[in-house]
Amino acid sequence: MAEWFRFERNPAPKAAARAAAPLLAGFAMTLTLLVCCLAMDLPPLQSLKTVFITPLASAYGIGEWLLKATPLMLCALGLALGFRANVWNIGAEGQLTLGAITGGGVALYIAPSLGMFGLPAVLLAGMLGGMLWAAIPAFLRTRFHTSEILTSLMLVYVAQLLLSYLMHGHWQDPEGFNFPQSRAFEENLILPLIASGQRATIALFLALALAVAAWIFVRRTWAGFGMLVASAAPAAARYAGLSANRSIWWGMLISGAAAGLAGITEVAGPIGRLQTSISPGYGFAAIIVAFVGRLHPLGIVLAALLMSLLYLGGEAAQLSLGLPSAVTGLMQGLLLFYLLAAEWFTGWRLVRTPMRSEVAA
Amino acid sequence: MSAAPPRLRLSGISRRYGAIQANDGIDLTIGPGEIHALLGENGSGKSTLSRIICGITKPDAGTIEWNGREVSFATPAAARELGIGMVFQHFALFESLTVAENIRLALPAKVDAAALPKQIEEVSRRYGLPLDPRQQVASLSAGERQRVEIVRCLLGEPRLLILDEPTSVLSPDAIRSLFDTLRRLAAEGVSLLFISHKLDEVRALCDRATVLRAGRVTGEADPKVTDSPALLRMMLGTDPAACLLKPRDPGAAVLELRDFSLAADDPFGTSLHTLNLTLRAGEILGIAGISGNGQRELVSALSGESQSDSGSLFIAGQDATRLAVSARRALGLALVPEERLGRGAVPQLSLAENALLTGAKHGMVRKGFIDTAAITARAADIIAAWGVRGGGPDALAGQLSGGNLQKFIVGREVGLAPRVLVVAQPTWGVDAGASQYIRQRLIDLRDAGCGLLVISEDLDELFQVCDRIAVINRGVLSEGAPSAATSLQQIGALMSAGALAHG
Repeated sequence: MAEWFRFERNPAPKAAARAAAPLLAGFAMTLTLLVCCLAMDLPPLQSLKTVFITPLASAYGIGEWLLKATPLMLCALGLALGFRANVWNIGAEGQLTLGAITGGGVALYIAPSLGMFGLPAVLLAGMLGGMLWAAIPAFLRTRFHTSEILTSLMLVYVAQLLLSYLMHGHWQDPEGFNFPQSRAFEENLILPLIASGQRATIALFLALALAVAAWIFVRRTWAGFGMLVASAAPAAARYAGLSANRSIWWGMLISGAAAGLAGITEVAGPIGRLQTSISPGYGFAAIIVAFVGRLHPLGIVLAALLMSLLYLGGEAAQLSLGLPSAVTGLMQGLLLFYLLAAEWFTGWRLVRTPMRSEVAA
Repeated sequence: MSAAPPRLRLSGISRRYGAIQANDGIDLTIGPGEIHALLGENGSGKSTLSRIICGITKPDAGTIEWNGREVSFATPAAARELGIGMVFQHFALFESLTVAENIRLALPAKVDAAALPKQIEEVSRRYGLPLDPRQQVASLSAGERQRVEIVRCLLGEPRLLILDEPTSVLSPDAIRSLFDTLRRLAAEGVSLLFISHKLDEVRALCDRATVLRAGRVTGEADPKVTDSPALLRMMLGTDPAACLLKPRDPGAAVLELRDFSLAADDPFGTSLHTLNLTLRAGEILGIAGISGNGQRELVSALSGESQSDSGSLFIAGQDATRLAVSARRALGLALVPEERLGRGAVPQLSLAENALLTGAKHGMVRKGFIDTAAITARAADIIAAWGVRGGGPDALAGQLSGGNLQKFIVGREVGLAPRVLVVAQPTWGVDAGASQYIRQRLIDLRDAGCGLLVISEDLDELFQVCDRIAVINRGVLSEGAPSAATSLQQIGALMSAGALAHG
């Protein structure tokens, strides 16, 4: 009797298996990196140390690690709320950029006259800018059923071009030797550092507070419950009168505000002014962070730390191993690739069937 | 019959699922050409036993003899090889394919597809199962779909045919013609195992009955001789409580439809045509009809999930035609939909969270925040008051049996103290004891002054609980008649009027 193997849907994946999937993906990514090193005749263990350990060997390094993790956390926490409700905001990078523009505009032209309210006004303006940019796909989706995946993605480039236009035009620093950048923000409009001797700002605490707020929103509020039901059972949401459009608005606006906050905390933090390039793709990497973190706030905090390490590791690999800068993107891509594969194996299982049966009755 | 070995003899069949002993030492004998009833409540082990007989499930203990020879089969295909066929309660047919294509999909690969339509016509003629092999399944009534399933089984020339609740979706006419077919099959020597909890049908059709309760055989009887109360006692272990519908004068109109129309939103749906209906406080109005005649559309039009094209709808005297779901609920409308999982309840969420689903305006949400203690308490109340078995407030809705989840959903909606309650298929797939309980609670709600609209395919049920009964047929609603002034036959005729031509 011939034996056959086939895949069968696993009706109830164990919680442990679901939690193990990102770990497994991280392990597989490391292994692949090792194989690449061997193929390129680099000392494998030394290379791994360069990528994963050396960046964290100093207080400054740890500061950089937290600094890069912060915008990833902010963006991913917002995105995850939407993803849980099947709202696919892919344009966090654009909302981040617009948050930087509106917040930066306030910092340059309005906040200096606001005294102690200056910095809060700058942050608020950043969030509103992100929300505004996210409101466009939300409106198009709820009004015309346009796919928010496409519109939010396309608006990324509009935002970036808008920033570039401003940096080459009206907002350009007149004393900046024609560099495409604005004047530096005033000292009291820059976020305080969490410690001296490094660059991470108190935006980290805002991100951690957002993680707690996100958890409360999902578990404890009616709006969060509505979004949960809308994704788990759309028919039940309609039956109970939970509006699908409201879910879309909540999902887009919250993720837009969080991304906008990420943008303004970058420019009113380590960068200190507006310039054409403000993010190495945090808004896109945050999509990976959200999924590696299983859309759970705590998971996202950890995943953001991992992804931030990949950025640092990629830079280190570039500097001391002579690898191309694409290695960061490579590692991010591999991580997502392995995670999706591991996900599939938690949802499905391989079973042996004694003989071929024609019909599964 | 005494000389020949029995067609099927089960001895000491046992099967355990986790903590539940689904089958416990079951003996069952079916002779050639015998119509044998398997009676029992939900969860009594009927399904497990039928799955064992047709090879889907393996028993833990016990023996199966087929024509006097001990057999064991590992798969449904092996059981089919022996001549065991099963007609399932819910048909798994592809709507966009024809009858012949659907049957082709379920048959072994070696079957000659070109000859199939001829074979189908031959079998359907022989057993009085009119069926056009070229017709698209989407255009078939529930009765016709069931014929497709039966013909599919008959093409395998079974010697034992298992029918799981075959009448639950049929009109009285269709049931009568199904019974004729089954009797013809029995006369040819095919054995039939008829699984049901409808006693009158069992008594009309079956030669013998085996009654199960909690996985054990509690009695064997000749249903032609034993009366229904005695059979019910075997099923329940106690005397069943009867529903009591005392006449009372209805109050003001709480739900009104005036020339209400709704175009179907999918190609296989049914449009509603100028419905007129008045439901008063303290009255139960039943809507009978064969499934697929507009019930689904009517429920979503009432709830507000679909918005009507023309006509008007009043809830508690207020124009609600353009109101959304939550605004209608705020006027005192509560609703139990036909689909429990995914619509009436979210399977992935706990019972407490499911209690919250329709309870936000009832003190479970404060300033946008969920009152966790309140929803847990509400769920615990419903569970205790309605005898919901299968776990506490933390249990996931998807883990409950259909009957228990239905009790929970009905309990949740009744607990909202509605002015209008719309219930679709209140006891579909719910066992006799729980059904009776649900019906009585609906009547209690009516006596408390709520207006109820009960949409059901079960005519006995409608006659038990309704003050008035109307019929929906192809999206048209008949005028409601007092149930005392009408009869099962009259309602049955209205249900299948105009459908006779093709079913």
